[in-house]
Amino acid sequence: MIEITNLYKNFAKVEVLKGINLEIKKGGIFAILGPNGSGKTTLIKSILGMVIPRSGEIFINSTNIHNKWDYRKNINYLPQIANFPNNLSVIELIDMIKNLREKPTNDIELIELFALKPFLDKKLRNLSGGTRQKVNIVLAFMFDSEMLILDEPTTGLDPVSLIKLKKMIQLEKEKGKTIIITSHIMSFVEEIADEVVFLLDGNIYFKGTIAQLKSQTQQTNLELAIAGILTENNV
Amino acid sequence: MFKILKYSFFDLMRSRWSYVYFLFYLLLGFVLLFLNNDVSKAIITLLNIIIVIVPLIGTIFGIMYYYNSREFTELLLAQPLKRTTIFLGQYIGLSVSLSLSLLLGLGIPFLVYGLFESSEIWNFASLIIVGVFLTFIFVALAMNIALSNENRIKGFGYAILVWLFMAVIYDGLFLISLMLFNDYPLDKFSLIISMFNPIDLSRILILLKLDISALLGYTGALFNKFFGTNWGMFISFFVLSCWIVIPAWIIVYKSMRKDF
Repeated sequence: MIEITNLYKNFAKVEVLKGINLEIKKGGIFAILGPNGSGKTTLIKSILGMVIPRSGEIFINSTNIHNKWDYRKNINYLPQIANFPNNLSVIELIDMIKNLREKPTNDIELIELFALKPFLDKKLRNLSGGTRQKVNIVLAFMFDSEMLILDEPTTGLDPVSLIKLKKMIQLEKEKGKTIIITSHIMSFVEEIADEVVFLLDGNIYFKGTIAQLKSQTQQTNLELAIAGILTENNV
Repeated sequence: MFKILKYSFFDLMRSRWSYVYFLFYLLLGFVLLFLNNDVSKAIITLLNIIIVIVPLIGTIFGIMYYYNSREFTELLLAQPLKRTTIFLGQYIGLSVSLSLSLLLGLGIPFLVYGLFESSEIWNFASLIIVGVFLTFIFVALAMNIALSNENRIKGFGYAILVWLFMAVIYDGLFLISLMLFNDYPLDKFSLIISMFNPIDLSRILILLKLDISALLGYTGALFNKFFGTNWGMFISFFVLSCWIVIPAWIIVYKSMRKDF
């Protein structure tokens, strides 16, 4: 379980998070939505400890994560932009992360699933965007951790891989894991998310199920509901 | 930390630049030895080059490595690792690989030339030790600059400026101050001032070791009196170590507070 209280963060003069209070229960798929620059990634990175909040606290399983690092043993993270060390090959990168985490992995199955075998010995800089994203997904899913944080997981994926990804996310959910996702693809969110939180300008605008969001905005379609909120607030 | 150190080290060992750096020293070593035809003379020439080139290479590699490995760093930050581990691991990995290029690049030609049969082995060793110190110092300074500057061009500019200041401008200011205050006793002053610049300190250490301090006149005699003793040596190496430990500590301090 994640508990966030009064989280503030600014980058120089730009205030990105303005007092976020949020509780994410254990188990289920939780989507963080919001327009570009609304603070989604900053929020995620604060949970991961990559961004240091100005004030406020984050508790994961009732422990304050400030200056801690070992809680990340239970988190798998898929970054938004798949930036990898360029002069490593795919297999070297996978082996390196395995070596660093020392946890059992199912990387072989995942490599098989995404047909990455022919790319294993290629350097990461020579891969296409979609293939990089597949490697990114393998890295994020190969460990068995309590919590998964996926920042824009669908970027650059072809339809076949997208279906595979959705299946994997559902499977992880069935194992009782907490999955946090950000995405701009509303159909994707609608299909998989149990609960959404809508960030606007560094504040939480809405938190609840998709059905609640639709009824609140009187729309039948999530995309229109979100667009409605945005135009209403002149974003 | 050892794992990160290992990865950084091997990452660098496979990069072309480490070889370029290594080959540069190899070439330098051979050319100097065969032109001078004398180990001790070669060492003196080498001193002048090392004292300037090693800090420059340390600075440039330090800054380039940090900026180039940003992705790697971000990947590591999401893993269950302490920030101290990540940054110190990278720092030490980089410094060790540069030091190794220096040691092998110069060591091989001198060995081929017959270093072990000559009496210069200790002078050569102290030259390498000073080179290693300078590498660690300037890599740490460069990483500090890189950590505080997101803008690569700015970071690069500042780093080069620091090197230029230490290698050239500092001595200029030093000389000017000696001229200006010519009427006052300046022995202690110059002794202390040279402590504040690792390049100067290294140069003096080697020069005194090479027994050519007589060329330095009165100041040389004074310096010899100080640095020639065990106590002086101890102080100098202590100061050089401070030049490593303090910037390294600031790297840790800054990295703990940085957003990625």
